Amino acid sequence: MTTLVSRRTLLKGGLAVGAGLAVGFPVVRAARGVARAESPGVFAPNQWLRIDRDGVVTIVNSVPEMGQGSLTTTPMIIADELDVVLDQVRVEQAPANPGLYKNPVTGNQSYGGSRGVRDHLAMWRKAAAAAREMLMQAAASEWAVPVESVETEPGAVVHRPTGRRLLYGQLVDRAQALPVPQDPKLKTPDKFRYIGKHVHRRDTPEKITGRGIYGVDVRLPGMLVASIERCPVLGGKVKSFDGTAAKRVRGVKHVVQVSNGIAVVADGFWSALQGRKALQVTWDEGPTAQVSSAMIAREYEAAAKQPGQVARNDGDAERVLAAGGRVHEAVYQVPFLEHACMEPMNATAQVTPEACVIWAPTQNPGGTQATAARLTGLPPEKVTVHTTLLGGGFGRRGEVDFITDAVETAKAVGAPVKVMWTREDDITHGFYRPATYNSFRAALDANGMPAAWRTRMVGPGILIQKGRVKAGEVDPAAVEAVRNMPYDVPNLRIEWTNKDFGIPIGFWRSVGASQNGFIIESFIDELAHLAGRDPYEYRRALLGKSPRHKAVLELAATKASWGAPLPPGRGRGIAVVFSYGSYAATVAEVSVAADGAVRVHRLVAAIDPGLAVNPDQVKAQMEGGVVYALTATFYGRITIDRGRVQQSNFNDYPMSRINEMPVVDVHILDSGEAPGGLGEPGVPTVAPAVCNAIYVVTGKRIRTLPIDREELKRV
Amino acid sequence: MISLTVNGKRHQIDVQPEMPLLWVIRETLGLTGTKYACGMALCGACTVHLDGAPVRACVTPASAAAGKRVTTIEGLSDKGDHPVQRAWTEVDVPQCGYCQPGQIMSAAALLTSTPSPTDADIDGAMSGNICRCGTYQRIRAAIHRAAALGKGGAR
Repeated sequence: MTTLVSRRTLLKGGLAVGAGLAVGFPVVRAARGVARAESPGVFAPNQWLRIDRDGVVTIVNSVPEMGQGSLTTTPMIIADELDVVLDQVRVEQAPANPGLYKNPVTGNQSYGGSRGVRDHLAMWRKAAAAAREMLMQAAASEWAVPVESVETEPGAVVHRPTGRRLLYGQLVDRAQALPVPQDPKLKTPDKFRYIGKHVHRRDTPEKITGRGIYGVDVRLPGMLVASIERCPVLGGKVKSFDGTAAKRVRGVKHVVQVSNGIAVVADGFWSALQGRKALQVTWDEGPTAQVSSAMIAREYEAAAKQPGQVARNDGDAERVLAAGGRVHEAVYQVPFLEHACMEPMNATAQVTPEACVIWAPTQNPGGTQATAARLTGLPPEKVTVHTTLLGGGFGRRGEVDFITDAVETAKAVGAPVKVMWTREDDITHGFYRPATYNSFRAALDANGMPAAWRTRMVGPGILIQKGRVKAGEVDPAAVEAVRNMPYDVPNLRIEWTNKDFGIPIGFWRSVGASQNGFIIESFIDELAHLAGRDPYEYRRALLGKSPRHKAVLELAATKASWGAPLPPGRGRGIAVVFSYGSYAATVAEVSVAADGAVRVHRLVAAIDPGLAVNPDQVKAQMEGGVVYALTATFYGRITIDRGRVQQSNFNDYPMSRINEMPVVDVHILDSGEAPGGLGEPGVPTVAPAVCNAIYVVTGKRIRTLPIDREELKRV
Repeated sequence: MISLTVNGKRHQIDVQPEMPLLWVIRETLGLTGTKYACGMALCGACTVHLDGAPVRACVTPASAAAGKRVTTIEGLSDKGDHPVQRAWTEVDVPQCGYCQPGQIMSAAALLTSTPSPTDADIDGAMSGNICRCGTYQRIRAAIHRAAALGKGGAR
């Protein structure tokens, strides 16, 4: 019987997990997860930090590092409030243990929705402040002085009147014996050393040398590598298979059936792929084999002719629209999209009768643990999850399908197995951003302002498909950024119809807002032009009840010199969207060539995230959101033919590249409000700002994404 | 048996000659810095140097590298202090970081052939490397910075 590989063995083997130990900024990827130090000589007032007698501070980061900078931001916040030198702290990635590490807002140990800082900031600050207060109390009692007379400087408690000083490491034993204060005093923002300052990312050294360990890089003694042949039809199952020829392929060790297909298990990925080619599988294609994009589009269009469920109803839009006057109609459509994380899906598992260990690039350690517990029959505490670096997440890695792959395959073959997806597997078996159809109808009053507005949305609901919202209700993810659109319209009606054809759907960077920002901000732009008003001033006039939208819109417009002359052939477009706790506005500068090719020259973005913990990384997230959104604006489209995804790799599902990158200027509005998210809010404004600029340049209104260059050709 | 020199070290490797160099590097030699992302030379994540020139290891048969010098991200510099790596650090280029070894290998090759690249040179040399996090603006800035560092100037 195989025995579980211990963490010690891994480290000795020079392996992956924990390889960061050797580098300047130690990033240890497996925490012990102590709630309160059992071991003597360690001060651990809570699960987030501990200090040993040598003064070594260890901070536990519960948020997976998927590019957003959590390995930097989390320790910044805790080190600041604890008052220690950031460069000297060690960082551990939290294990799966929802009891200790769950997000206090969502109640689960899964990370999406740009929730890293905004949901944890208050809790982390309090945890660190409690520790600092205990260290101060320990020093005060050591010196027999009132605690009010001591203070801290990085890594030490000092008593200024007498010049005495004790390092945190010297106070460990005394502090450990003290009760944890429930209501510690937090630093005032003027005392912050790190929060709000430009701090370089701590994970850069491992990411520029190839030392950083992603899921695909995990290597274990005796590990096999598997590739899974999946039904080309989404949701299809294996009917029968013949693995004889596959098993004859050099390096192939096992061919086993798992939930998601047939796993070819080999001594390496290349051998597994060769084995896969030799497989013979008969599929039960299931009902999705009847579904194609053209059929979905027809069904959506038909559904939009009927009233939907009411998601919002102010005044009486139908009555005002029926009265006629200046009524304007438009239809907006967006396609399915795949996340295309650079690191294809993968996970590594080892399963024995007693325990299960998983190494995975997951946004969802809690769900990973629960999934493995369900599949193995083990209690969750017998399932250890090591969260590696993630080569992109964008919502795709909150799913657990690739965890199922690894656990089932490893269990079947009795050896540690890494299941790796090809790019083709990744594109053809995703959880797609929903395709939707949206019809708009608005009536303008005598001043050209919208007197009534109706939006009918048709598409599937992510939360309903995943069973998190009851069928029959309005799916909040489907209507976000529409139901709460900020413009002051007296008669406003939003309807939604759930049309789900069984295509797996999921959370795609900024989710509903990613597409709804486009439809709302394009349609309001249409109304502005119809009214003969400046699109920026028109929005401003309608944002009286939404001061944060207005402020961020004004900042973007000012920084983009809205209204100032541009070189011939260029035009500007603007958009503003609230999502994931933050307000974002973008001004795009665009030109369109005679052949219809669009060039985005410059994007000026403004963001009000409440609090910018690391301003340079706020900018990085906005820059990244721009590129993610530009890909969707110009290229992104997943189509379905008889249940099969027709795209497969970057040739037919292209990505924006450096030669198309506009100059991006990001401006942060420090509103001092509660912290908002940053991973997602950079996305929703980009497509509408670009398309609104295209309208200014060409007079053509883009109502379907991705942009069809043929439509913009000038003959 | 194929004879390969990777990061200055000679190896005799028993693999099928058509097996892509990427899997030899990652799985046979255990150098996991070079990444797989498309398998079709479409994204550049697997970029390594073959006798100094950038190639996509995912479509380069192991046999094509026989007798040649292969340099991977692990061999670009001893201490992670190649001018490109220093510039990447200064500018805080990486986000998720997965594509960055490929980006860095492409950038290092560009600077070898073109020590003072223009923006057009950068577009030409780097548009084969996809970054899904969207770090392109910083990559461009960092390449210009690395060009300055490479000349020993602009500290």
